[in-house]
Amino acid sequence: MSDVTASAAFVRPTLAEPRDPPKSFVGPFAWARAHLFGSIFDALLTAFGLFLLGWIAWTVLDFALFRAVWSAKDGETCRAEGVGACWPYVEAYWKQFVYGRYPAEERWRPTLVFAIFAATLIPLAMPKVPYKRANVIAFLVGMPIASYFLLTGGVFGLEPVETTLWGGLLVTLIVSVVGIVCSLPLGILLALGRRSKLPIIKMLCIVTIEFWRGVPLITVLFMASNMLPLFMPEGMEVDKLLRALIGVAIFTSAYLAETIRGGLQAIPKGQYEGAMALGLGYWQMMGLIVMPQALKLVIPGIVNSFISLFKDTTLVLIVSIFDLLGMIQASLADPVWISPVTGKTGYLVAAVTFWVFCFGMSRYSQWMERRLATGHKR
Amino acid sequence: MTKRPDGLGADVAPSVAWYNDPTKRGYLFQALTLAAVIVVAWTIVHNTAVNLERRHIAQGFGFLSTTAGFDLAQESISFPKDASYGRALVVGLVNTVIVAVAGIFFATVFGFLVGVGRLSHNFVISRLCTGYVELLRNIPLLLQIFFWYFAVLGVLPSPRQSLQPIPGWVFVNNRGLYLPEFHFGSFAGWGVVGGLIVALVVSWAIRRWARARQMATGQQFPAGWVTLGLVVGLPLALFAISGFDLSLVAPKKSTFNLSGGIQIIPELIALVLALATYTASFIAEVVRAGILAVSHGQTEAARSLGLSHGQNLRLVVIPQAMRVIIPPLTNQYLNLTKNSSLAVAIAYPDLVSVGGIVLNQSGQAIEVIVIWMAIYLGTSVTTAMIMNVYNRRMAIVER
Amino acid sequence: MKTRILAATFGVLMGTTATVALAGTLDDVKNKGFVQCGVSQGLAGFSQPDSAGNWTGLDVDFCRSLASAIFNDPTKVKFTPLSAKERFTALQSGEIDVLSRNTTWTMSRDTKQGKFAGVMYYDGQGFMIRKSLGITSAKQLGGASVCTNTGTTTELNLADWFRTQKLDYKVVSFEKSEEVVKAYDAGRCDVLTTDASGLYAERLKLTKPDEHIVLPEIISKEPLGPMVRQGDDAWFNVVKWTYYALLTAEELGITKANADDTLAKTENPDVKRFLGKDGSFGADIGLTNAWAFQIVKNMGNYGELFEKNVGETSPLKISRGINALWTKGGLQYAPPVR
Repeated sequence: MSDVTASAAFVRPTLAEPRDPPKSFVGPFAWARAHLFGSIFDALLTAFGLFLLGWIAWTVLDFALFRAVWSAKDGETCRAEGVGACWPYVEAYWKQFVYGRYPAEERWRPTLVFAIFAATLIPLAMPKVPYKRANVIAFLVGMPIASYFLLTGGVFGLEPVETTLWGGLLVTLIVSVVGIVCSLPLGILLALGRRSKLPIIKMLCIVTIEFWRGVPLITVLFMASNMLPLFMPEGMEVDKLLRALIGVAIFTSAYLAETIRGGLQAIPKGQYEGAMALGLGYWQMMGLIVMPQALKLVIPGIVNSFISLFKDTTLVLIVSIFDLLGMIQASLADPVWISPVTGKTGYLVAAVTFWVFCFGMSRYSQWMERRLATGHKR
Repeated sequence: MTKRPDGLGADVAPSVAWYNDPTKRGYLFQALTLAAVIVVAWTIVHNTAVNLERRHIAQGFGFLSTTAGFDLAQESISFPKDASYGRALVVGLVNTVIVAVAGIFFATVFGFLVGVGRLSHNFVISRLCTGYVELLRNIPLLLQIFFWYFAVLGVLPSPRQSLQPIPGWVFVNNRGLYLPEFHFGSFAGWGVVGGLIVALVVSWAIRRWARARQMATGQQFPAGWVTLGLVVGLPLALFAISGFDLSLVAPKKSTFNLSGGIQIIPELIALVLALATYTASFIAEVVRAGILAVSHGQTEAARSLGLSHGQNLRLVVIPQAMRVIIPPLTNQYLNLTKNSSLAVAIAYPDLVSVGGIVLNQSGQAIEVIVIWMAIYLGTSVTTAMIMNVYNRRMAIVER
Repeated sequence: MKTRILAATFGVLMGTTATVALAGTLDDVKNKGFVQCGVSQGLAGFSQPDSAGNWTGLDVDFCRSLASAIFNDPTKVKFTPLSAKERFTALQSGEIDVLSRNTTWTMSRDTKQGKFAGVMYYDGQGFMIRKSLGITSAKQLGGASVCTNTGTTTELNLADWFRTQKLDYKVVSFEKSEEVVKAYDAGRCDVLTTDASGLYAERLKLTKPDEHIVLPEIISKEPLGPMVRQGDDAWFNVVKWTYYALLTAEELGITKANADDTLAKTENPDVKRFLGKDGSFGADIGLTNAWAFQIVKNMGNYGELFEKNVGETSPLKISRGINALWTKGGLQYAPPVR
């Protein structure tokens, strides 16, 4: 070995400067080669993908922008051959899409409800904003009560408004928010019950959870609208929207129970033991030690449940409650605006609205998940 | 801590008031809950009985044998003119099964393609698949069903201008897809079915043998090709022996529609498409998570053993990923089955739609809803059990 | 007890629960100050909300007449849109006071589900088809695909008719009439079937209404009328006689425009009894004696309502036909006010 070193004419005293990687491994071309045209098959896939993307983008843009009708006073212009989206129809109807048939002069009330909703929810959703406890109370107690009185009226000189007149986005939000807010306590109880050591309670909770998770929401809604009135004592009658809300809340609570149970299982046993060693009773242990941690863990899960509930609210149109989609469908029957493109325009509006809400929420849930992931990893 | 009066000290368990004893308290609490549940249930039953009485609504399942008197758009099993409500519900159930099976099949195929596509190193494909998932799972299914239904109806021509992919035999129009009906001769029919069964049994045996041999000697046997040959060849051979005894009944044009042949109605097509593409977006996520859960070391090890990319996927990654995938996949299958009840929105006569008609015509809401719930619950429970068995088998492979 | 409390709590929370006394719908209505009227979810000419949310139509006007008779104010009525499926439950449970929702009077409904108070519109089931198919009679419909509504008598009539004609057909039945129309418009079916009046109404919702015709055959009897709960004769009388008052007004030639005038000048004993100048016919059924005058003054007579909502001057352009008064060869006939 040593003689090889000795015979070398030159020994480098410093390290060689690292050279740039070969041209074929850097730069946009190399990237394209690795990620787009790795093989012939890859190139074909890329071409196919680009073609598909272009075709979809073109179809949508062409319909929604290039060929669209921008102003008209009735459906006549939209009935012409080859036109795209009929935006004047949306302009004429968007208030119904948002408020349903809520009386026009009272629409400030749902608007105010939307504002209160946003004002209590947005700070709640931002982890940095302080006063979370007050905020939660405002959102879970203050907001529903204020909204209830504002929307139904009959007090403080407000004109009473029948729930049959409510509709559109208003109902979509009411059903989903009330559904989640009411099902949260139910879900917590069911989850606790399912993990309980008392056999009868455990059995009852398991049966309840599995029953509601096993049947489609549609049958639950049918049941709520057809059977609930029969369950009530004579002369007692339940509002149609309320029936749907009860059905949705019970249905969702079964799913939430499972989400929360996941959170409960993730709490280390030490926490339970610590609480018991301190002499806390069952409810104190759950309320003060376990639940606060478990609920924090399952926030993303709750948001996900909310997203699916939000999408599922469209099903209420099958029991004749007019949510956003129901309202759009109902408006399609208006002879004034009938045209081959009206339906497509309406459904496009519905799809975009739902997508924006759901996508926004799912992004929020992912962000929350990443934020919370640091806290309790074991 | 209470001192015992006899002064024996505190080392004996303290006597506690009975209502502070956790065990007794547990009993009491359970008894109270049970009592509350019973009271609620009894009140509901009582109110219902009173209400039914007052409204003169008939009770019991006797209505199931009453003549239905209506027709259904898709009668998968025979539904004669004087058939009963019960029969109508059975037709609905069969239709639900058809949608669920077709939907699960296509959803699995799309879902795996998209899920694997999201992990593709091809930038365009992975982004396209991501876009697919984000778009479809954030739009209500009901809306997608409407979209597919009116897209299907809008794109396809009227019966008079039917598209004919195989002229004279296969027709496509806005009344659906028409296929020729197969009528096998009796020998040919039994031959094909019997041949298929025999071929399946034999190839199963061959696979076992090939596997055992490979384990013992390392020699491989092209079991896949043999299976393919058997499954295709044996029925075909028997069919040939019968002298190709098959008569095809092609759909024929009549005044309005095509008659004869097999008709697949557009509602079914739209529903299967909607359910499959929607559920696929969830299955794709399940698949992606499953594949990502297999550590990269497994792939590296496989590659260093000289396995090709395909072999790596087939023999190393997917079997391990499946363990992670199966439980959530089961959930998605169940969701799809439950979601098929949205058929009611586009007039596909599934269990819920037909039940809705029966409910309307007979007025017996409770019975119909009980039947619905029982069937869906039964399906959920059965599927869950089958999947659990499969799951256990997959899990045992781990060791 | 528990449910009662639970339900009551829910009720108070929503503030929309109405306690329904078993008898005495009329008293209930007077107490709450309005008539709760079940209507369809949108059928042009019978009950449809416009883009401002105001309800119009023949069925709607009947409820307004009822409100006029009770309160002398046609606005004291609230409408509950109901699907075909929900309507009877809504009536029986007391959610609505009267069901005025193009409901066909059948024996089983009249004996089991409620009581029919009259026939606002004599209808029958018909067929609509594309002109381009060149069909002129329903008997040529063998093999056709037919779009229809579920949960109505329509699908049963349809099956019966095709069976008696020994024709083959394919049914596509939807939950909602909007969906039926949309599917028909999209070409899913060759034929759309519902009550003939409905066909004219639905035709307005098609992309190209002029390309469709209604076939001459009427395959069923569909007397459509308002319905009330069983076992409440007082309320039944009010609803029934509101209907008769509309007919009588037309027969006596009293219109919305000349009602005041007639009341002041009339010497005709029939008219005097009808308008409440003689006798106490209104008071006897729990209303004011001017009940009929209030109806005509606020709403008009049957003929006026018919013309305004569905007649030749309306978009539906339906002729009076059998819905004319008995004096003009139709079936509309009211017993005398005496």
